[in-house]
Parts: sequence; C-alpha cells; structure tokens
Amino acid sequence: MNKGKVSFNKQLLIPIAALVALALFNLIKDPSFFKIALGTNSAGDPVLSGYLITILDYGSELAILAIGMTLVTAASGGQDISVGAAIAIAGSVILRVLCGTNSRPDTLQAPIIVAFLVACVVAMLFGAFNGILVAYFKIQPMVATLILFTAGRSIAAWINNNELPIISEPKFGYFGGYIPGVPIPTPFFIAIICVIIIMLVLKFTTLGLYTQAVGINGSSSRLNGINPQFIKFLTFVILGLCVAVAGLIKVSRLSTINYSVIAKDIEMDAILAVALGGNSLSGGKFNMTASILGAYVIQFLTTTLYKMNVQSDALSAYKAVVVIILVVLSTPVVRKKLSQLGAAILPNKKEA
Amino acid sequence: MESQNVKKNSKFMEWFGGTSDTNLLLTITIVVFFLMYIGAILFQGQGFLKPQTFFNILNANAALIITSCGMSIVMICGGIDISVGGVVALVSMSCAVYLDYKGGNIIGAIGIALAIGLAFGLVQGFLVAYLDIQPFIVTLAGMFFARGMTTIVHTAPFNVENEAFVKLKDTRVVVPGFGSVNKLGNYVNAYVEIGVIVAILVVIILFVTLRWTKLGRSFYAVGGNSQSALMLGINVKRTKFISHLICGLLAGVAGFVYFMHVGSGSASHASGMEMNAIASSIIGGTMLTGGVGNIIGTLFGVLSLATIQNIVSSAGLDQAWWTGITIAAMLCLFLVIQSVVMAKKKKLLTK
Repeated sequence: MNKGKVSFNKQLLIPIAALVALALFNLIKDPSFFKIALGTNSAGDPVLSGYLITILDYGSELAILAIGMTLVTAASGGQDISVGAAIAIAGSVILRVLCGTNSRPDTLQAPIIVAFLVACVVAMLFGAFNGILVAYFKIQPMVATLILFTAGRSIAAWINNNELPIISEPKFGYFGGYIPGVPIPTPFFIAIICVIIIMLVLKFTTLGLYTQAVGINGSSSRLNGINPQFIKFLTFVILGLCVAVAGLIKVSRLSTINYSVIAKDIEMDAILAVALGGNSLSGGKFNMTASILGAYVIQFLTTTLYKMNVQSDALSAYKAVVVIILVVLSTPVVRKKLSQLGAAILPNKKEA
Repeated sequence: MESQNVKKNSKFMEWFGGTSDTNLLLTITIVVFFLMYIGAILFQGQGFLKPQTFFNILNANAALIITSCGMSIVMICGGIDISVGGVVALVSMSCAVYLDYKGGNIIGAIGIALAIGLAFGLVQGFLVAYLDIQPFIVTLAGMFFARGMTTIVHTAPFNVENEAFVKLKDTRVVVPGFGSVNKLGNYVNAYVEIGVIVAILVVIILFVTLRWTKLGRSFYAVGGNSQSALMLGINVKRTKFISHLICGLLAGVAGFVYFMHVGSGSASHASGMEMNAIASSIIGGTMLTGGVGNIIGTLFGVLSLATIQNIVSSAGLDQAWWTGITIAAMLCLFLVIQSVVMAKKKKLLTK
C-alpha cells in the first residue's frame, strides 16, 4: 500500500517539476504572465482573461485526448497518431448535422446534443476501425493509425462537400467559449466532467487493471482469462469518444471548420502529454492523473512559446526537442547512468 | 496450395527475393501495378500508352523512389522512419535559401543536402539503436523538428532564381527510342530529369547491397529476429544504426532531387511524403515486422501509387480529397494482406 503510494507520487513528480520549471522561467522573464484580468467579451458577459486562463482553456481538449491516449498507449504499447484527423472528422460531422444541406443556416437543423451524439458514434466507429487493425490484424498501432492520419482530413472535407459551414447560433459557441455569467471557459468544465467520469470508471471497473495487464504481457493476461484483443479494441473506441468531445470543443470555438488546420499537430501534443506524465510509451502501467497534468503542462509550454513570439509553424521544432529530451531521460540506459551519477555526487542521500 | 503455385513460377522471383513471403508479396505488387496500368490505358484513354506519360510519372516521383528505398531498408531492419518528408522539406528550403540569399553554388547546396540528411540519420540512428528508444517516437519528433526548422530557416515559399541551378533544373536526359510524334507531326524526344537517373542509381546500389553484401544480409537477419542475429555474431545495434543512417542520407539526397524537380523552397513541400514512402514500401512487399522486403518491390510500390494518383487526377476527381483516401485504402488493403500472410505462416509453423 505504502509502496504504491510512493511510486504514484514519483510519477507525478515529473510533470510537476516541468510545471514549476516553466513557471519559474516565466516569472523571471516576465511576471505579467501570471496576471489574470476580469473583462467583458463582445456579448457583454464577464470573462476572465490572461495567459493562465488560456492554458486552462486550450489545455482542456488536450487533457481530454490525453485520457484516451493514455489508455491506448498502456494497452497496445503504441500511440494513435490519427487523433488530429479524427477531430476534423468529428467536427465536420457535427457541422453537417447542425447545418443540414445548407452551409449557412439561420437556424440549427438539429439539436446540438443530437449532432454531438452522431459525432460520438462516427468517431467511435473510426476508433473501432483503428482498434480492429491493431487488435485483430496485429498491425503496429502507429502504422495502422497512419491510414486514418492520411485519409482523415480528406474524409472530413468530403463529409461537408468541401464547403465551410458557418453556424451563427450563439448557443453553439458556449462549448468552446463561455457560458454567459460564468467567467471561466467552458472547455475546462467539460474536461473536469471527463476526468471525473474516467476516474470513476477506473475506480469502480476493472478497465484500468485489465489495460495494464494487457500492456505488460498480452499472452499472460490471456492465460488469466482476459481477452487482450478486446481490451485493445476497447481502448481505441474510448479514444474515439474522447476525440468526439475534443472535436465539439474545437468546432465550437470557431463555429466553423478548416479541414487542414483544425487540431493540427495535436497528436504530437497528446503523445507528449502521455510521455510527460511519466508513462512508458511502450505500454504497461499508467498514471491517468499524471497524463492529465502533463496535458496542461504541454499547453503551458505552448503558451510560453507563443508569448515569446515563436511562430505557430515553428512551435513543433521546440516541442520535438522537448520530446526527445524526455524520452532520452526515460530510457533505462540513461536512467542508470544518471542514478550512478547521482550516487557519486550524493552518496549519503542514496543510502538514506 | 497458394504457396505451391508461387514456387512453380518462382525461378525468376528466386533471383529477386529470398524467402517465399517476399515472392508472394512481390508478385502481388507487380501484378497489381500492371493491372492498374492496363486499367488506366483502357479507361483513361490512350494518354497512358505514350512512353512520356510513364517517364513523367518517374520524373514526378524520383524523390519518392529514393526516400522509399531508404524507408524499405529501415523497415527491413525492423524500424521505421517518418521524418523523411520533413527532412526533404528542410533540405529544399535550406538549399533554396543558400542559393538565392547567400549566393551559394550548386556543390555547396548538394553538400548542405547531404549534411542535413546525414545529421538526421546520425541522431535518430543513435537514439534508436544505442538508447533503444522506439523508432516511431524518435522519428515522429524528427519529423516535427524538421518541419519546424523549415519554418525557422525561412517562412515564405519562394522560387529559386540562381542561374546555375535553373540550368541544372531544366537539364533533360533524352531517352533514345521512346520519342513520339506530336500533333504537329514533329518527332519529340522522350526525356527524364537528372533526378530519375539518381533514383535509378540508388535503386541499383541498394539492390546489390541488400542482395549480395554482408551488410545487406545482416539487415534481413536483424529485422527477422534480432535475438538470433545477435547469436550469429551480427552487431545488432550497429546494423540498426546504419539502417537509420542510410535512410537519413537518402532523405537528404531525395531532398535535393525534390528540390531540383520543384525548384522552390516551401515549408509545405513534401507534406505526407513519409506516408507515401511507407505506403510504397508496404505495397512493395516490405513487412512492417521486419526481415522481409526488397527494393524492386518498393520501386513497383512507388509506381503503383503514382499510377493511382495519375488515374485519380485524370479522372477529374478533386485531387486533394481523393489522393489521400485512395492511398489510405490501398495501404489498408496491403496491410491486411500482410497480416493474413503472417498469420498463415505462423499457423504453418505451429503445425
């Protein structure tokens, strides 16, 4: 019991350390980074603004994706790189259902909840497609999802006949913006709901245990009566659900969609969140809290880079360096060397 | 039953490939390519009959052939490299900036191209082979790094106007005997670009390397089963490292070939090329699990892919949507075929 708690804290240490490092960097560079102002938006409602709020806002969809990505990573030992493309599909489906055949509707053709549910089903179907390729055809996850990664944005464009529907209904904007009277961005609440749900699921079902068992050793989990193929399949479907939620937030932000730009490079961020959470990218044990925290840290990094006037296209170069450093630090070879180094410098601490 | 059939007509194939898996997959690829090309001739009119149409496919895809060859080597060795598209973009942008803004010459540009490719190969190879990190993660980071760096080198796309380079770019190599008579009745020579010559050289060199050298055979051994390769006294880590090194270097070469074809620098160049390269390799019969594959198959993989794209575009379908969807569908099909072949083989072994 006690031992489990120690390792739990240890894994949380990585994202927290990264967060503190980033916060300190910003504090030294420009303390106004932490300023939060209460202003009003164009509709006259009170909203909070500031870099920290931006992080909470945009980090939320990443956190939602990180939930699914953590499960997929743990079960299959690989990552789903099609999430960005799948978000484009889900967003496109939502707009298609809301707009019907007219791309500039004055009134919504269907309730938002219906559109969202349809998007959920579609995204879960695409998740199931990935899941079948990975679980039943035994294709490496990243290669299997490469298919959807390529085709996804094309499919998204095809769903709306390559038109760009615009939704003028203000209610639709609530999901990615602010609900009138609430100064905190809605995506944060959506993320909290998702986190609570997944925590309850992990606490009261065997999903978490089975996922880890499959990830650590598929054949021995099968001998213990778990169906590893189904578990892998299931994690991809769950990721599909997360993708649908993230897609809703994404299209709601703009009330429209840009097929080639929406959720671009988000797969990298989601993988990064999982890695930053200290989870092994080759599957097995996972820590959901650390992943979710990791997602917000990634957004913290992104926002910091933006504030330093880094172009959005160039962001990926910096993030790639961060990934490589993280992954290199987490390899057994380097860890061993580091602990040897640590032991050499602080021999007493090691003994204590 | 099926494998018996293959064995009967495999004397020719035996020379190309090694095991029967290679033969079966290679046969499928070559048959698919010819069926597709014949289909194109039948349904898309006589344009596809002209030799120049075929040469144009080569011209447009010389860079893809080179990257796919590098990809095949890495895949045979059991890894994967998805940074190649980014490297190609970075190389063409760097060369473009060097030639137009820094007053560089062609030799220097080629040097830059090779250096960038080599650098990516070195770093990624080291991380994958000696630190034992998953190749996908390393090269995914490599891809994002290369794309980001491209923007940092120069943001706006532009055409290169360096005289020596434009001359090189417009150089055409005439292919004797394949010319055709145009509408005015004049005889027009068939031509290929320099890049195609480079690509063919790369294909030949790699084919020979894979088939007849110790290094080439050790790629197969490591990809097939690294444990037993180790037992055989092969330096597994070094082999993996070299496979990534070759792939990176070829990505650099491909970058320059691509640059010679388009003659401009842009951050969006070669987007999705890694995907096409992987698809070509897989269609060409290279197994994702490693240990199986060959370069001739990869060449046919690229040609199949390019033919499909040509059919799609000449059928008047909107390219941007359909290319992605058709390639993905083809990749999916071949992945499933591979998976089925592997499952069958496993069954045979356990029996």
